[in-house]
Amino acid sequence: MKRLSKYRRHRIVAPLLLIFALLGIGTTFQVAGATTASVMTAEERTKAIAEGKEIFLRGCSSCHGLNAEGSSISPSLIGVGAASVDFQVATGRMPMADMSQQAMRKTPVYNDEEVAALAAYIASLAPGPEIPTDDMLNYERDGSIAEGGELFRTNCAMCHNFAGQGGALTKGKYAPTVMGVKPVHIYEAMITGPQAMPVFSDKTLTPEEKLSIIAWIKSAEKEPQLGGLALGRVGPVTEGLLVWTLGLGLLVGIAVWLTTKAR
Amino acid sequence: MSNEIELIKDPGLPEHKLRQSDIDPKAADRAERQVAILFGLSALGTVLFIYSYLFISTDLFVFIPLMGEQNVHQLLLGLGFAAALLFIGLGAVHWAKTLMPDHEVIAYRHELRSPDIDREEFVTTAKEGAAAAGLGRRSLIKRSLGLSLGLVGLSPILLLGDLGPLPGNALRTTSWKAGTRLVTDPGDRPIRPEDLEVGAVAQTLPELAPGKDHHSLNDIAKDAVLLIRLRPEEFNLDAERLSWTYQGIIAFSKICSHMGCAVALYEQTTKHLLCPCHQSTFDVTRAAKVIFGPSARPLPQLAITVDAEGFLIAQAPFNEPVGPSFWERSA
Amino acid sequence: MSARERIAGNVASYVDDRTGAAAWMKKNLKKVFPDHWSFMLGEIALYSFVILLLSGTFLTFWFDPSMREVVYEGAYVPLQGVEMSAAYASALEISFEVRGGLLMRQIHHWSALIFIASIVVHLMRVFFTGAFRKPREFNWILGVGLLTLAIVEGFLGYSLPDDLLSGTGVRIAHAIIQAIPVIGTFLAFFAFGGEFPGFIFIPRVYIVHVLILPGIFLALITVHLMLVWYQKHTQYPGPGRTEKNVVGYSLMPIYMAKAGGFFFIVFGITALLGAVASINPLWLYGPYTPGQVTAGSQPDWYMGWLDGLVRMAPPLEPVIFGYTLSLNILIPGLIIPGIIFTGMALYPFIEQWITGDKREHHILDRPRNAPNRTALGVMSLTFMLVALINGGNDLIATNFDLSINQIMWFSRIGIIVLPPLAFIITKRLCLSLQRADRELVLHGRETGRLVMMPSGEFVEVHEPISPEKAWLLTQHEQNAPLELADVDQRGVRRPGLIKSKLRKRFAVAHAEQVAKPTLNDVHELEGH
Repeated sequence: MKRLSKYRRHRIVAPLLLIFALLGIGTTFQVAGATTASVMTAEERTKAIAEGKEIFLRGCSSCHGLNAEGSSISPSLIGVGAASVDFQVATGRMPMADMSQQAMRKTPVYNDEEVAALAAYIASLAPGPEIPTDDMLNYERDGSIAEGGELFRTNCAMCHNFAGQGGALTKGKYAPTVMGVKPVHIYEAMITGPQAMPVFSDKTLTPEEKLSIIAWIKSAEKEPQLGGLALGRVGPVTEGLLVWTLGLGLLVGIAVWLTTKAR
Repeated sequence: MSNEIELIKDPGLPEHKLRQSDIDPKAADRAERQVAILFGLSALGTVLFIYSYLFISTDLFVFIPLMGEQNVHQLLLGLGFAAALLFIGLGAVHWAKTLMPDHEVIAYRHELRSPDIDREEFVTTAKEGAAAAGLGRRSLIKRSLGLSLGLVGLSPILLLGDLGPLPGNALRTTSWKAGTRLVTDPGDRPIRPEDLEVGAVAQTLPELAPGKDHHSLNDIAKDAVLLIRLRPEEFNLDAERLSWTYQGIIAFSKICSHMGCAVALYEQTTKHLLCPCHQSTFDVTRAAKVIFGPSARPLPQLAITVDAEGFLIAQAPFNEPVGPSFWERSA
Repeated sequence: MSARERIAGNVASYVDDRTGAAAWMKKNLKKVFPDHWSFMLGEIALYSFVILLLSGTFLTFWFDPSMREVVYEGAYVPLQGVEMSAAYASALEISFEVRGGLLMRQIHHWSALIFIASIVVHLMRVFFTGAFRKPREFNWILGVGLLTLAIVEGFLGYSLPDDLLSGTGVRIAHAIIQAIPVIGTFLAFFAFGGEFPGFIFIPRVYIVHVLILPGIFLALITVHLMLVWYQKHTQYPGPGRTEKNVVGYSLMPIYMAKAGGFFFIVFGITALLGAVASINPLWLYGPYTPGQVTAGSQPDWYMGWLDGLVRMAPPLEPVIFGYTLSLNILIPGLIIPGIIFTGMALYPFIEQWITGDKREHHILDRPRNAPNRTALGVMSLTFMLVALINGGNDLIATNFDLSINQIMWFSRIGIIVLPPLAFIITKRLCLSLQRADRELVLHGRETGRLVMMPSGEFVEVHEPISPEKAWLLTQHEQNAPLELADVDQRGVRRPGLIKSKLRKRFAVAHAEQVAKPTLNDVHELEGH
């Protein structure tokens, strides 16, 4: 298996891409949008901030307050930065559908430009983490898969599971799967620490190390099923279930056939 | 009607029913063909197995509906092997069921118990043997033999003495000393307080001792420390424990006080740490007090401060053993 | 006589001249085995053991049981350049560089899971049918011993590859050893050759896993089978089946073909699983280091109940006279399993003490006819199931939108409340089934045909059941509770009265039964 690195593209990627496309062009061109945001002229920026404020007042202020100062039910957004807005809104987590639950990934409500405008508005309130640019996200060039694996197992696997499938936290909270998440959003999550997730600072987990983690996640995502059905990649529980259902089921079934009289 | 209870009677073995293949020679021939087909399928399975082993490249992948991207070599090798075995078995059983005589046979059970006379003879022989050896009379022999057998039994236990060293102080010491820098794991970079934002965590180890080039697993098993930064006002600590933190940065041993798993599931929102093995939950704001789960002790806290160059260091070694409990722990 | 027959005859007489085997063989080729699917469960376990020996031997040709640190240079790209133990590196080599290695590894692991699962269902069959009764108590104890060994052997095998998941398991086993009062710390240092994880544990586990335990297994399995052979198999009740006979098919040729064929079938099914379903994808777990852990760290299913018990244990860790007693580890990790396995091993004797029944039994009980035993079995299974569910609480939580805290509380309460409930329900159910049997014998089978009586009343026609069926439903013994006098013949109170009262109470509970129909009842009904 010399060329294991050259995994054929996983076929699930195609339908996933299709879904992404259907979800709105916004998601696909997120990074591009982000790039333009960083090279916006002053005039464009002012315009975007104004637009963003309008969107904010319409869609977000009921919970986060008229000036993003937060309320009893939601946190202040002053100083959370553009990266945080991009992560929360472009992955569909915000606006939340149901306050009782943890915000989960779903179809984004706002399109690309609206997200960029919102991000620009929130970033204008106080400085915070910026959306990483395309050049900053070249994980194939700047990241190492093997090193990323080690970093992932030290920093991420305890919540997101060894294969990035997600896992349980306390009181019904959970760490979501990191499979099928765009690199920019993985990066933003690490620098902003959304919801229960802590922040991974650039000094303790350098940008190159973050890219290595992304490189490993993307490699795990593309990894074909080397030993047959992956059974969810969640460890021995599904294996045990399969033995007690299919394994013993087949064997006992055959034992019944073996001991019934032929007609 | 008599008063005696009359039980329902055993009607005896039901009459033997002939099978299709017993009556109809055509059915018997059909059964023979079926068995042969099953054996033939097994042979095909072996051919597939050999072919896959020799000729299918191990890095060929193909998409299979419902199964996803699969390794062709592994899949066909396995399916060939499975078929080769399974069809031999199915063929043999089908043969036994359809073509071998299926008259039920009755065998009788013999009594397991030996006849009384054998038992008596056994006891006599055993007694005579013992008497001939003088076991009953010569108590000196009996006792000295007992002594030597008992002593000789000790030697294998003694020989296992070098299986491991005595624990000594090993469970109470870690590599942390006053002034040891906290460095990132992996990466071994020293950390300044300003490197961590509020809500940030960092996995750390003590800086490598001079002359060492990497952390041994034995060291990591005791030294791993988790750094967490909160807002200082979020702490709910006594004065001493508060003095062990630095500008809202608090350090805990990552080795669970229950069974030693790495506890590092930090929830920024609740400030809780969760162990993924047995779900002990620790409250970071209250010095890792256990608020749920089987662990009975908080995670040991490492007192930290900064050195002259502004890097985070340990104020002192851990003031208690890290990791799971042991008998002499509190002694 | 054909040439082939002549050669075979010569070989046979050559061997018999030197061993005298013909007399024994002649008798045993005609050995009779009763036919029932549930009698094949133990065979699944036996064959899985053979498969484990074969596939395990294959794996040893490449596996390097060493904790020496190496830098991985093998074929699996995402781990290239990573420091790991030689054991883990060689497990990767088996998976990716040895053709058929991954298949064999998966067959070995699936087979281990099937091995223990089939032992459990075999044990359930033996328990619920009362096959452990005299004269088979020894074999029951051997079986319980084999199950215990199988669990240990399985865990050791799971520990060998030294990946992140198995290392976490070893870490937990280490904590259990260390928690043993007085000698725990010393035992842990001896087992690991010093501190955890050290460098010697995997080589030691390896020799136990591949030599010592398999050797003990071989010996015990041999005795287990010889006893079955010698004592002859039990059989289900039915027409023509008595305590004095065995009804079935002879070894040669029927059972040779069926049992031999079944070996290939079990191997084939295991190979099928190994071909299509991934098990223990250790390349994804990464090498073990104590500073890492994965969400959803679980043991294999046969240890899952233990892990579940440990998870739900209350945080009790008293310090007594300056010494730490980790009850939160000892109770779920050693004491409860100890009680369960000891109780299981002693059960035949406990039941004998309760019933006072010292006779041999070769006809199996229908589980409903031993309501107390059946209820006890279901109660124990319920206990295990609750513990097992809690062992996977994190996965259940994420998959069913629950919280681990809720599941933990459900388990903590459930493990106390549900087993007794299961006992009561099962016992009632058994008695109802007995009542239904009685009805069936006395009134026959409901045909579903309605007939209008002259009075205009509708009556369903009942058809009498066959004599075979009637016999099956009434062949069991009517239990009578053990008679124990409180006073002896001279009117003096017997010693040990409390024990005897307890025994009486158990005996009464154990003998609870619906009166089985007799011919007298049938005649009486006919007379009406």
